[in-house]
Amino acid sequence: MPMKSFRQAINEALRQEMERDQRVVIMGEDIAGGLGAPGEDDAWGGPLGVTKGLMPQFGRNRVLDTPITESAFIGCAAGAAATGLRPVAELMFVDFMGVCFDQIFNQAAKFRYMFGGRAVTPMVVRTMYGAGFRAASQHSQCLYPVFTHIPGLKVAIPSNAYEAKGLLAQSIRDDDPVIFFEHKVMYDDEVDVPDEPYTIPFGEANVTREGDDVTIIAFGRMVNFANQAADSLAASGISCTVVDPRTTSPLDKETILETASETGRVVVIDEAHPRCNMATDVSALICENCFGDLKAPIKQVTGPHAPVPFSPALEDLYVPGVPKIEAAVREIMGKGH
Amino acid sequence: MQLSRDQLRAAYQRMCLIRNFEDSLHEEFSAGNIPGFVHLYAGEEASGVGVCMHLDDRDAIASTHRGHGHCIAKGCDPRAMMLEIFGKKDGLCGGKGGSMHIADLSKGMMGANGIVGGGPPLVCGAALTAKTLKTGGVAIAFVGDGASNQGTTFESYNLAKVWNLPAVFVVEDNRYAESTASAWSVGGNQVDRAKGFGMPAQEVDGHDFFAVWEAARQAIERARAGEGPSLLHVKLNRYYGHFEGDAITYKGEGEIEQVKTEKDALMLFKQRVTETKLLDSEELTVIEEEAKAAIADCLASAKAGALPTEADLMTDVYVDYKF
Amino acid sequence: MSDIRPIVMPKWGLAMIEGTVVEWQVEEGAEVAAGQDIMEIETSKITNVFESPVEGPLRKIVVAAGETVPVGALLAVCAPASVGDDEVEAYVKDFLDNFDWDAAAGGGGPAPETIEVGSKRMRFLKQGDGGGTPVILIHGFGGDCLGWLFNQEALAEGRTTYALDLPGHGGSDKDVGAGKLGVMVQAVLAFMDDRGIAKAHLVGHSMGGAIALALAAEHAERVASATLLAPAGLGREINMTFINGFIEQKRSRKLRPILELLVADPGTITNDMVEEVIKFKRLDGAVEALTKLRDGLFPGGEQEGFPADLLAGLSVPVQAIWGEEDQILPAAHAAVLPDSVKVSKLPATGHLPHMERASEVNAAILAFLA
Repeated sequence: MPMKSFRQAINEALRQEMERDQRVVIMGEDIAGGLGAPGEDDAWGGPLGVTKGLMPQFGRNRVLDTPITESAFIGCAAGAAATGLRPVAELMFVDFMGVCFDQIFNQAAKFRYMFGGRAVTPMVVRTMYGAGFRAASQHSQCLYPVFTHIPGLKVAIPSNAYEAKGLLAQSIRDDDPVIFFEHKVMYDDEVDVPDEPYTIPFGEANVTREGDDVTIIAFGRMVNFANQAADSLAASGISCTVVDPRTTSPLDKETILETASETGRVVVIDEAHPRCNMATDVSALICENCFGDLKAPIKQVTGPHAPVPFSPALEDLYVPGVPKIEAAVREIMGKGH
Repeated sequence: MQLSRDQLRAAYQRMCLIRNFEDSLHEEFSAGNIPGFVHLYAGEEASGVGVCMHLDDRDAIASTHRGHGHCIAKGCDPRAMMLEIFGKKDGLCGGKGGSMHIADLSKGMMGANGIVGGGPPLVCGAALTAKTLKTGGVAIAFVGDGASNQGTTFESYNLAKVWNLPAVFVVEDNRYAESTASAWSVGGNQVDRAKGFGMPAQEVDGHDFFAVWEAARQAIERARAGEGPSLLHVKLNRYYGHFEGDAITYKGEGEIEQVKTEKDALMLFKQRVTETKLLDSEELTVIEEEAKAAIADCLASAKAGALPTEADLMTDVYVDYKF
Repeated sequence: MSDIRPIVMPKWGLAMIEGTVVEWQVEEGAEVAAGQDIMEIETSKITNVFESPVEGPLRKIVVAAGETVPVGALLAVCAPASVGDDEVEAYVKDFLDNFDWDAAAGGGGPAPETIEVGSKRMRFLKQGDGGGTPVILIHGFGGDCLGWLFNQEALAEGRTTYALDLPGHGGSDKDVGAGKLGVMVQAVLAFMDDRGIAKAHLVGHSMGGAIALALAAEHAERVASATLLAPAGLGREINMTFINGFIEQKRSRKLRPILELLVADPGTITNDMVEEVIKFKRLDGAVEALTKLRDGLFPGGEQEGFPADLLAGLSVPVQAIWGEEDQILPAAHAAVLPDSVKVSKLPATGHLPHMERASEVNAAILAFLA
């Protein structure tokens, strides 16, 4: 299999799904770029070049640059989805949900229920999340816990390029609205990605490492840190299971509970702020269902309850990293009985 | 352009259905028979029907809190609507939506909306679908004078314009957003606002079915011809409160009665078609009686309908989901 | 110095860039014979025993059990007693100093190619470019061209070899028509025509064995020889638990016991091997293709089997190699083969003799080609 970056994987999934289904259109700010300007057409292909080349292939009728009006075009995607298109809207940074959340959680998420099951809303909102880009407080948040909270939405958080291509294809083919999170510092990360189209089903966690001592449950970019920590800990005789839930809604409770019970020690890694995030949610799930199997209190490694800072010196302290994960695993092993 | 006799009969029938539907709800709400809250369209019938007479099932509309009239005008089944408003299992939305979310996508009715200004972006989407799939359809956003001040509405004007969407924005200005007068809350005026976005726009007397019908015809024909969005500023009055139970203390004395006496939409319609001898008063009376009976029948069905059960609580959240 | 013989990390298949020494089965100082199992090596794809490429006293183990090193890295050295310890140390130091760790970690080597054959996408892996009659490797149900990782390089010495992805498999088109063997046979012929191969030695595993056999019987002019590894088509019985499980199980924990049916030693199956199968099955059309093949080849849960006269009429050299512990297709099926077909049965071997007993199978194929 050829090595492809996260960026290429997303681009390829969009291209293949647009080839596969004429109803798939993509829209967003500067997703082609240069519209109405005297210089190059397809000038940007998205702010980080993820959608580059799609407009020349599919034309401006299916690759729709929008004005900077998130409420209008995210709502437009919802309305288009309810009436027969399969739009993929790019919300450039998830932080911008603040200016369009109504269209996602009050409109798209609830159509099916409010309309008594007589609506399908096959829309995808692709959005960048996460710290580490020196992008400061309004361009660095995780926020997937907010979307996970809303019934009617599905939430996918791919941890690498392979996962990204398969989960995005599934998102586009899915008949429910999906919020698809792309970590902005991962776009250049490469793994083997098949050329052919493929899908990864929602609600099926990926167990990336199998071990006996500690179960690490991690989300998105943190899965890679958890894998690194597990490999490093293996050298000192601590064997870890690592679980990547892939989607926070639906959540693969079965795999989480099974792997938590097997080791009896759980560390949950979540880049999001600590109150009401995926770490608290998963910890509560485990406590409620398999408390008796636990040998030690659950450890959570998360970002702090503070906005994401700008200064690299501070931001590096903000992001949960491999050393913090290893320390949490060692601590929980020490507490075992 | 002329309306045929059949079209005129259909228009009057729709307006009568709406009036009876809303008057019945007013009574039932007072009697404590309806859960939640309802926002009634009585008095505004000429607008919804005047616009929707130009539409068919490939066309979409998005509505407001005050959505019953738009539903009936767009062809939704009044019986299923009534069941819905009573929270019954066989309601148009299985009892899960209620008055504020009543919808039937199969009829191009994208829903009443509990969020003021929620509809215009959705209408851009329906218009985009029509344009992309070349269905020949158009999409109409009904917004109140309250929603006309929302950012979503302005963003949608702009998006519809820059994408040249087959959309029409119908601002139904009933002079009060909740209890606040549009004379105070709207800066500038609706037509100038639209022109600021480069959209053709005109002010219309919303009590006059024929005025609305003609203005809507022009706007919808423009949209269908690929000439982009337009706006209609429809000036009208509502007969009841913002919601049922609203004591309407903010309106002037005799304000509603004066409208009812001088420019009631049904009355004006009847005068016009009988004066011009397009329809005679006997057949209009028959339509009125039939509408009254039909709504009474819907009401009886709604009262007798079964309630949803626990088994319905968790269905229809997703198309497919592992809880 | 010339008497010092290095043992280095082998390269098993294209994707292998490093390996982990799981266990040394000999100690320093032991006398090692060429071909002797001396250690177990785990790659991301598979865990397998490593047979010593050299002989003599094992003087020094450089990479201890548990360590992971790139392909080509020095694992140990053999040298006769006449070589002094200081000479051995100097050799090791020199090797380590000169080994290009970065280049080794980079992998490289041949990569599969994808072509259009009769408007269908077909992927194959070509190794070697020697003259003479080429070898075509045909995988089994659910396999692909990368499954010959222990064989293709050995067979490619001095000749051209092609490992195919059959329709419905690997990177090839997922259209398998009616899912009958004839579709596969025609695909191999079309590939040969496209590549200008008039005649080839065929090596087919399982379903690929049935394809090779059909080609040998029906298109003898295109076949120089056929080596059948645990071939299908010789009896009615087939393990449908495996076939159905392979198609249906999507999660690694459920699929692993199914894949373990393939081998005599379940430890051979690595997590990555399971993951690769899952990834293949996620490709658009893959599960549909496998399902069609199952329904086409094994209707009612049984193989259709070749008619006896077809087997009796074989005119090209054919050999069959079977694992005695094959749980998918019993080795007893070999009984129907005519006496002209040489049958080898390997002890303690399952359905993947070319992986489980690679060097023996390679030697048998090479001898047959000669």
